[in-house]
Amino acid sequence: MSDEPNKGLQSPLRRKLLMGAAALPLASMLPRPSFGAGPATAMVNTTGLAVTDTEVTVGILHSATGTMAISETGSIQAEKLAIEQINAAGGVLGRKIKFIQEDGASDWPTFAEKAKKLLVNDKVAAIMGCWTSASRKAVLPVVEQYNGMLYYPTFYEGLEQSKNVIYTGQEATQQILAGLNWIAKEKGAKSFFFIGSDYIWPRTSNKIARKHVENVLKGKVVGEEYYALGSTQFNSVINKIKLTKPDVIFTDVVGGSNVAFYKQLKAAGVDLSKQALLTISVTEDEIDGIGGENIAGAYACMKYFQSLDNANNKAFVPAFKKMWGEKTVIGDVTQAGYLGPWLWKLTCEKAGSFDVDKIAAASPGVEFKEAPEGYVRIHENHHLWSKTRVGRAKLDGQFELIFETADLVEPDPFPKGYQ
Amino acid sequence: MIINSRFFNRSELIGFIALAAVLFVILPLSLDVFRLNLVAKYLTYAFVAIGLVLCWGYGGILSLGQGVFFGLGGYCMAMFLKLEASSVENTKIQSTPGIPDFMDWNQVTSLPLFWQPFHSLTFTIAAIILVPCLFALIIGTAMFKRRVGGTYFAIITQAVAAILTILIVGQQGYTGGINGMTDLRTLKGWDIRPDHAKIILYFVEVVLLFACIGIAQFIRLTKLGRILVAMREQEDRVRFSGYSVANFKIFAFCVAAIFAAIGGAMFALNVGFMSPSFVGIVPSIEMVIYTAVGGRMSIFGAVWGSILVNFAKTSLSESFPQLWLFGLGALFIAVVLAFPNGLSGIWADHVQPRVDRLIASIRAKKSGGWSGNSVADGAPAE
Repeated sequence: MSDEPNKGLQSPLRRKLLMGAAALPLASMLPRPSFGAGPATAMVNTTGLAVTDTEVTVGILHSATGTMAISETGSIQAEKLAIEQINAAGGVLGRKIKFIQEDGASDWPTFAEKAKKLLVNDKVAAIMGCWTSASRKAVLPVVEQYNGMLYYPTFYEGLEQSKNVIYTGQEATQQILAGLNWIAKEKGAKSFFFIGSDYIWPRTSNKIARKHVENVLKGKVVGEEYYALGSTQFNSVINKIKLTKPDVIFTDVVGGSNVAFYKQLKAAGVDLSKQALLTISVTEDEIDGIGGENIAGAYACMKYFQSLDNANNKAFVPAFKKMWGEKTVIGDVTQAGYLGPWLWKLTCEKAGSFDVDKIAAASPGVEFKEAPEGYVRIHENHHLWSKTRVGRAKLDGQFELIFETADLVEPDPFPKGYQ
Repeated sequence: MIINSRFFNRSELIGFIALAAVLFVILPLSLDVFRLNLVAKYLTYAFVAIGLVLCWGYGGILSLGQGVFFGLGGYCMAMFLKLEASSVENTKIQSTPGIPDFMDWNQVTSLPLFWQPFHSLTFTIAAIILVPCLFALIIGTAMFKRRVGGTYFAIITQAVAAILTILIVGQQGYTGGINGMTDLRTLKGWDIRPDHAKIILYFVEVVLLFACIGIAQFIRLTKLGRILVAMREQEDRVRFSGYSVANFKIFAFCVAAIFAAIGGAMFALNVGFMSPSFVGIVPSIEMVIYTAVGGRMSIFGAVWGSILVNFAKTSLSESFPQLWLFGLGALFIAVVLAFPNGLSGIWADHVQPRVDRLIASIRAKKSGGWSGNSVADGAPAE
């Protein structure tokens, strides 16, 4: 069953060809690329960005310290890898990408301050950054005021769209609806229990999920509970789950709370091989902390798993591990982080310019065929068309792909009927 | 020679002139608007630090919960600004236009009652002063009347800071939760975001800061200030002398709270942002650190401490994004170990004597033998 979704590229010959194609950029790095052969700086940079004849500067803005560092490190690593690969392949418009890294320190106002510093002081052409919705909400007014370009990697709640942001993760409907449809069909699920961390993303996601369950799937939500960020006591909700016996536990608990939640769930005797659990917040990164044995059997619904079997991913995973160590794992957001610099490069080349206005206008329709998740394209609303996948957690901390949508799912940040 | 001789002694006058010169002239001339705006952010903490000098340095009341008052002032200001930014035409994509965006996300469909008065700027300004003051009055009365002091008081203020953070984060439909209130735009129609507005706000803030310095200095010099010091040194003797120790403590605590709230309100204006990350335990302790680094006995030292620590924070994190917290930690330890009286201690021990000698020698040349009176006027050594 696990191979079924990959029918599209199963011929061994085709796979080899694709792998060869993916390695092409690497081959071209053998003769050291010379920068400075691109179009004149005055042509590609009319707004005073940090672009010289040989270099273009971008910013990386994530939390390298504080509670979010554990999650955001993957994004930083992926963005650095992408920048290195782009430079090895000749850079952007003949220019080498130089990056300035700033630390948001898991503190939202610091994110805003550093974003402003990157735009006003350093005049970066684009910012790859932010992780939590709170940090994005803090940075958004800054990038809009100073007309910057932000590539935001995390799956998020939607209800937002900006000329100055490209959302490389999934918005809520993309992530949730296909997963709920699948589990309703596959498991005949009718009753759902929602558990989330108490902030905007889980609340909005659950709102969308509830409408879908009640209006489309004609099922029932038997419970909806929220816990403060960082909370570690889930026994009362686990008791409620045991009493209500829902067909599916639907969770969007984030961060360290997950460790406590899954351990307590196991300790309470809830067997995830019998009790269906669908999470939209646990990636390979979180399983690192939770421990594969505590979560094996749970379903996760997102767009990327490290185990994806396609040629792009087979080039990406080893490259990532080569740069950052064999033990690193790659989660959904890390992959989305990797898309940022590439999409920006492709958009610059399409627009023939680094100007933010031209990038914003040229973004819709830009496609990245070498994306580790397979293929992505930017929608008019600056979100990505991407597939939704369901994976099942295994003991070794990886996911086994068991379902993916046949087509790319359209991003719909302001879903009608779900608000 | 010295006009304000009763208000500032000579060393304080030098400190005053130096600070005024730096804040009014040197920084605005030498920094670009982005950096000047950062200085404005640092100075918002200086308000808190001045309050701490009064209540901790002089009164001996260590509060580890000043973030509470900073936050209350900031949130009052932010509520006004957020309401103005949430006009019906700005928020027409929401399911309920005309209410702040975070309320809409949280399925709040009408403006809660306690938000209503924040449509008025006059009410807001009054609230910035009165809400924290009342809150401090309640905490202060509950504690000091029962003679809770020292460590216990510090612990309870920490608990209050934690409680308020949890309250703000938990009630996200009414407070913006962990995201805080973002995207504050205009004050009575005046855009607070462009460069020229930032410069005006900076000067308004510096003027307010000097007003607070003046008030703090005034309190210090009155009999009240002496009683505060006496309380710190020998609380029982003051009580036996017939003074109501609790009332004086409550007063100092309330003044510190008001200063912190003004800082918070200026923060919301300058940064265009307010979030629970300024209310909790960690920021409250950081504010005490600014005061300790600057010197808890010195009003000017506290201002310098806030500026320098925050400047170090910014520049270290820009240069070493991964390691800067260690550098900052090392700096705190070094300052506290080597200079227990903070920066103002360094000044008093090493710079001041030289200045005194220099002035004395100039005077000696001029008027032949008359030497200036450099003894501090009864205030504790600084």
